[in-house]
Amino acid sequence: MATQEAPATSREPGQAGPKPPHGRGARPASARAGAWRPRWFWPSFAVPGMVWLVVLFLLPFYVVLSIAFGAVDPLFRTPVPVWNPVEWNPFQFELLYDRIFGPGAFLGPAFLRTFAYVAAATALCLVVAYPVAYYVTRYAGRRKGLLLVALLAPFWISYMMRMLAWVNLLESDGMINNVLVSVGLLAEPFPWLAGQPVTVTLGLVYGYIPYMILALFAGLNGIDQRLLEASRDLGASRRRTFVLVTVPLSRQAILAGLVVTALPMFGDYFTNDLLSGSPRTSMVGNLVNDAIASPGQGGQAAALVLVMMALLALPMVLYIRATARASREAGR
Amino acid sequence: MRRWLTDPWRKPRLLEALVYGYLAWSVLPVAIAVWFSFNAGRSRSSWQGFSLRWYWQDPVLSVWNDPDLQRALLHSLRLAVLTTLVAVPLGVAFAIGLDRWRGRLAAGFNFQMLLSFVLPEIILAVALLFLFTNLLKAVQLGTWAQLLGLVTFQLSYPVIICRARLLSIGSEYEEAAMDLGASPFKALRHVLLPLLAPAIFASAVLVFADVIDDFVLVRYLSADAASEPMSVKIYNTARASPTPALNALATIMLFSSLLAITLGFFVYRRLTRGERKRESTVEGFAAQI
Repeated sequence: MATQEAPATSREPGQAGPKPPHGRGARPASARAGAWRPRWFWPSFAVPGMVWLVVLFLLPFYVVLSIAFGAVDPLFRTPVPVWNPVEWNPFQFELLYDRIFGPGAFLGPAFLRTFAYVAAATALCLVVAYPVAYYVTRYAGRRKGLLLVALLAPFWISYMMRMLAWVNLLESDGMINNVLVSVGLLAEPFPWLAGQPVTVTLGLVYGYIPYMILALFAGLNGIDQRLLEASRDLGASRRRTFVLVTVPLSRQAILAGLVVTALPMFGDYFTNDLLSGSPRTSMVGNLVNDAIASPGQGGQAAALVLVMMALLALPMVLYIRATARASREAGR
Repeated sequence: MRRWLTDPWRKPRLLEALVYGYLAWSVLPVAIAVWFSFNAGRSRSSWQGFSLRWYWQDPVLSVWNDPDLQRALLHSLRLAVLTTLVAVPLGVAFAIGLDRWRGRLAAGFNFQMLLSFVLPEIILAVALLFLFTNLLKAVQLGTWAQLLGLVTFQLSYPVIICRARLLSIGSEYEEAAMDLGASPFKALRHVLLPLLAPAIFASAVLVFADVIDDFVLVRYLSADAASEPMSVKIYNTARASPTPALNALATIMLFSSLLAITLGFFVYRRLTRGERKRESTVEGFAAQI
């Protein structure tokens, strides 16, 4: 590599990997020995990814802003992006505000419903997933690997297929109704798939619980068993050990699990479409999807997406900071 | 009851029951859907005997003979292969660059990358749809737009996985190679990349399996029925009284992604052979997810 051996103008010593014990002053041997890296060596690897993210991640959000604060074609009612931020106009947000809070607001209930469904579904996920993850880390013994495979299996099964499976089961002539009717619990088939909040919430639990289990498993698996033994040796009962040692030590994992299950639920509309399809259960995701699908509502879709981002900004940033901290600690 | 509850040596029966109950709840519905893909009749709830009618025997409605279903299947696979081929090299280079560079700019891009990981997919999908319909109009909706969108959405997997591995590798091996006279590129090629191989491989498997299942992005960025993959097909027909051919399609996808993961697991085990391990291979592989 001839270009690599060009004469040195600035000697960039080996980049810091894990920090040497004496801080940045202590350099690896390569600073003195033959080979060295030009200053641009590592950044050049990051450049393609950076360009990609700027064009296909940052730029799209600028387009969303330009449409949400943009104009509307008077004839076709299609959104017309306004690229200059000085000319931005918040009328889409005023419209959205009216639709959420104003008189005859028809979007407001969907927001409340979304929070209710997501809160209920995430709480249920935690209640079911915690014992499962706890059992697999502490009691599974030799079956740990096998159980883990079974718990991870849903990740490799198409989400749509898992929902299709429930549609099959819950149809009015589906297996669940057939069984319930034949044992006499129901007089006639129950319309599970016709706008039932329970079905939607349980569908969300079914769809996203694997994320919760994985997050909790990672956290619980990392707890030093000796701490639990110490607690038991010092006379704490099983329950006190669990409440005073295990739960506090898994707090980070619980928070991570709540965030990684709740965030995708907020953006979900397909679970609702497949398991209910009724406006009585529609969520924020459905509002976005409807706005995208109906002509002339592009501006509303853009405004809704921005509102969603604003609502979810806090949990997203907290999660990112927590993962960054965790990876820094792992690197130590 | 009380004594049984306080017995310190008692086996956690309740917990065990809950775990196996959960597993049954998680697996049974899918198993039933697979079972009914072999149904001889049209019903997806009453069993009328075993047949392969919905796979290829039915001359019109089976997966093999229905051009729509076939096209959906092929499009899913096409997107998965293309996305993996682009996202993994891009992500691995990005991971190496971000990990070793450590500037303020790198931190900013790392934040962006993590944001793309936690952002609900629908938000990115709407943003990309607006980008391709308003600004970058040269990109046609359909396979190209889907590919660009999927790579953006999947980029974080290889980056996160490779960075975790880079942390545990450290820079000592490369320094040693360079002390012994290797150029930076040679050190990278002959030392760092082989050490990264398990992470690169695991992320390729993950990206592939994840793209096959992707729904939100590919649906918004599709142009017509020809660029609708399997997941969109299921979504469109699940509530419109479909035949078990839909179950057959889903079953084919299920077994192909399970096969990919199983193969992936064994290759991963080969790649990490001989490494000192604190945990089992399954856990190591799972930790990659």
